[in-house]
Amino acid sequence: MTAVLEVEALHAGYGPVPVLRDVAFTVPAGTVAAVLGANGAGKTTLLRTLSGLLRPTGGRIRYAGEDLRGVRVEHLVRRGLAHVPEGRGVVTELTVAENLRLGGLWRRDRADARRARDEVYEIFPALARRRDHLGHQLSGGERQMLALGRALIARPRLLLLDEPSLGLAPTVAAQIMALLRRLRDEQGLTVLLVEQNVRTALSVADQGIVMSLGRVVTAAPAARLRDDDRLRHAYLGF
Amino acid sequence: MQRFWFLTFDGLAAGAVYAAFALALVLIWRAARVVNFAQGAMAVATAYVGYAVVGATGSYWLGLAAAVLAGLALGALVERVLMRFVGPAGPLNQVIVALGLVLLVQAVLGMVFGNGYRPAPAPFDTDALTVGGVAALSPYDLWVLGAALTVVALLALLFTRTPVGLRMRAAAFAPEVSRLLGVSVGRMLTLGWALAAGVGALAGMLVVPTGLGLHPHAMDLVFVVAFTAAVVGGLDSPVGAVVGGLLVGLILSYVTGYLGPDTTPLAVLVLLLAVLLVRPGGLFSAARARHV
Repeated sequence: MTAVLEVEALHAGYGPVPVLRDVAFTVPAGTVAAVLGANGAGKTTLLRTLSGLLRPTGGRIRYAGEDLRGVRVEHLVRRGLAHVPEGRGVVTELTVAENLRLGGLWRRDRADARRARDEVYEIFPALARRRDHLGHQLSGGERQMLALGRALIARPRLLLLDEPSLGLAPTVAAQIMALLRRLRDEQGLTVLLVEQNVRTALSVADQGIVMSLGRVVTAAPAARLRDDDRLRHAYLGF
Repeated sequence: MQRFWFLTFDGLAAGAVYAAFALALVLIWRAARVVNFAQGAMAVATAYVGYAVVGATGSYWLGLAAAVLAGLALGALVERVLMRFVGPAGPLNQVIVALGLVLLVQAVLGMVFGNGYRPAPAPFDTDALTVGGVAALSPYDLWVLGAALTVVALLALLFTRTPVGLRMRAAAFAPEVSRLLGVSVGRMLTLGWALAAGVGALAGMLVVPTGLGLHPHAMDLVFVVAFTAAVVGGLDSPVGAVVGGLLVGLILSYVTGYLGPDTTPLAVLVLLLAVLLVRPGGLFSAARARHV
């Protein structure tokens, strides 16, 4: 199995404040990895660094075998790397349909972009019903569906998801996790998922990457994190 | 009553120019969250280019096209070589750079063309036609109204119906998300400045022949009026800019007509103050939606 994402000795931070220290892990193709950890562990900073919004101060990020240094943020989606940022992923001043159109504007294959949009409406019928509503008229769950659906229009190879279950009803969160599982199994999608909700994350993940204070403290198969009481108590607190 | 109708038509024609100019301000505000105080000076500079071409070729239309093209280029240039580099330090820096640009442009125009008035002939008759005994619009007023409203309509189509319009709106509202979706936000910003300055150039070409004459300060009061119109409409709203422009045009026309031209600048300031006190977000502000 080849790795879609390889991170080595990654350092990053805001100005003089270091956040990520010596972070390293690998995400094999067609798997879901969950980044777990308390508030302030550096999970969101990690995703922002991976998608180029934040410049690393050291280390290496290899995506599909290629060094991402010097690649502009706006070109990453063309290479199949989609990042759904935390909370504010939806452009609230645009309608649902416009948000989805925006997700496929860069694509040359117009027919497939339209097909992908129709698939999103099929997966999330709530979006189809509200396609002419503005983003700020949507509920939290609908916004998350929209942000996720919009990322899928790019037909990504690697999906970076920041707190997809935040503030969602448990059934909606479960629905989104089931979707991720299905996309992994049917389309070989690779997912790097940041979650506060450990149980939700481990329900879908193949691998758990536990972070604390900007470092990776352990990376293990999700099943082991779930079942090994000692690991669970030590790193996940339940 | 006749006088009232005359002032109404006159106000609408002037208001159309204010609307276009206010729209240019709104375009930049939406794209970059900056009030471009140099808009007036930039429009005068492009009007000089336009009338230089009119003088050389004898064709008003070639001059108009040259002015608009010069506006597009000047807007892109200002964003690329000035605003881009002072932008990250905060919007106040961009405002101060814009104010500096006003002084620079006016000084350069004065040095190159002189500070005197230069003739700026209108392409159509500026005497009002009488309809049923009422002095209404002149052919030139009709051209101004038509041109301004056409530009407004074209911009509305551009923003709501085309991919590049969608990109520009998204880049303005959510730059980071837009970049993640493959939108080149920097390019959209340049395009926004270019479009705004192009519209400003057109508005300048339309307004200069209406008695203003061409000189380095020709647009100073027009800028203040258009800024008022944009604030009346809510700086965020293109529809607001158009309605605000027409409204301010009408109000100023009545004030000038009934109270005398000396009161016009005062009326503008009173109006601006009243709007800022009573409804600081403007008539069409989307402030409610922004708190999300």
